[in-house]
Amino acid sequence: MDVLRGFGILLLCQSTGELMARGFGLPLPGPVIGMLILLLALNLSVVRKPVSAVATALLGHLSLLFVPVGVGVIAHLGLVAQHGWQLLTVIVVSTAIGLGVTAWVLGRMWRLADRPPDQLSSQE
Amino acid sequence: MQKFVDLWTYLSASPLFGLTATLVAYLLAQGLYARLGQASWANPVLWTVLTLVGLLSLTGTAYGTYFAGAQFIHFLLGPAVVALGWPLWQRRTELRRRAPMLLVASITGGGAAAGSAVALGWMLGLTTELLRSLAPKSVTAPVAMGIAEQLGGIPALAAGFAVITGMVGALIAKGLFDALRIREPEVRGFSIGTAAHGIGAAQAMQAHPDSGAYAGLALGMQVLLATFLIPLAARLLAG
Repeated sequence: MDVLRGFGILLLCQSTGELMARGFGLPLPGPVIGMLILLLALNLSVVRKPVSAVATALLGHLSLLFVPVGVGVIAHLGLVAQHGWQLLTVIVVSTAIGLGVTAWVLGRMWRLADRPPDQLSSQE
Repeated sequence: MQKFVDLWTYLSASPLFGLTATLVAYLLAQGLYARLGQASWANPVLWTVLTLVGLLSLTGTAYGTYFAGAQFIHFLLGPAVVALGWPLWQRRTELRRRAPMLLVASITGGGAAAGSAVALGWMLGLTTELLRSLAPKSVTAPVAMGIAEQLGGIPALAAGFAVITGMVGALIAKGLFDALRIREPEVRGFSIGTAAHGIGAAQAMQAHPDSGAYAGLALGMQVLLATFLIPLAARLLAG
């Protein structure tokens, strides 16, 4: 029952998000606005138990939800076959750069922040 | 034999086929992934997709027919994005404390991914239309389409590039982080969410709950930042 109730809450948040995105011509997708609405709604304690139940179920199998889009993309690869190897090179290299830069930058700041204060001052 | 063909024709034309095939293929891929100790190359999304593409081409089924069933799964993406609010809410105090560094990492990482894609594509002689479709590839597919449209790219291609980016990211992230000696699950999760959005986040979510929460946050931050910053950067470059 909690899962169903939680699902209802998610759909309500998403619908409100979609309405706001269209109504005000916001450049954000409806579900993202819905997520912000959910963050506000979670301040009400009645919402938490059902949302926790449905979020655990949905997010535990998030990868399954990407399969239909993935099949569509691979099935239509012919569209870009002409530039295939250039595109694949660009995507692989730039994804590696994006992953590496984020991890390196955040990793440095993370370790600096987690260092105890006395150690930090002795370095300065 | 004729009976079998009739049966197959009936089944493959009904939405039941797409739905069943997706679920069964995913469960098999997931079982294999677990048995192989969650090796990166055994990524369940990648293998489910390849199995289904093979199945569709072997049986001559059109994508539209398949999608008639698979759309029920596809639909759940929206509510799942909303549900990402839950892990964020659970860690709200910690996230508020770390907000400045996460913002810096999100902008530099997202900028590096988009900038390197456009620069490398330009060096390899890709057309401007393709470059404009490549720029938002680290943002989740529906948003990437909107950004590409604003830039004068091709939305459908942008969605495709975003999905491939997600799969590539999920494939290479583990090896890359290990090589860079990044061990914190939060940092790993945030990086994969920044560079490889939802498909990356899905992998992080299954690897470690903290990793998944930070991946979800990173994906949301990319959506907010890229929607405003990529068109701005494009205008500055053009002007």
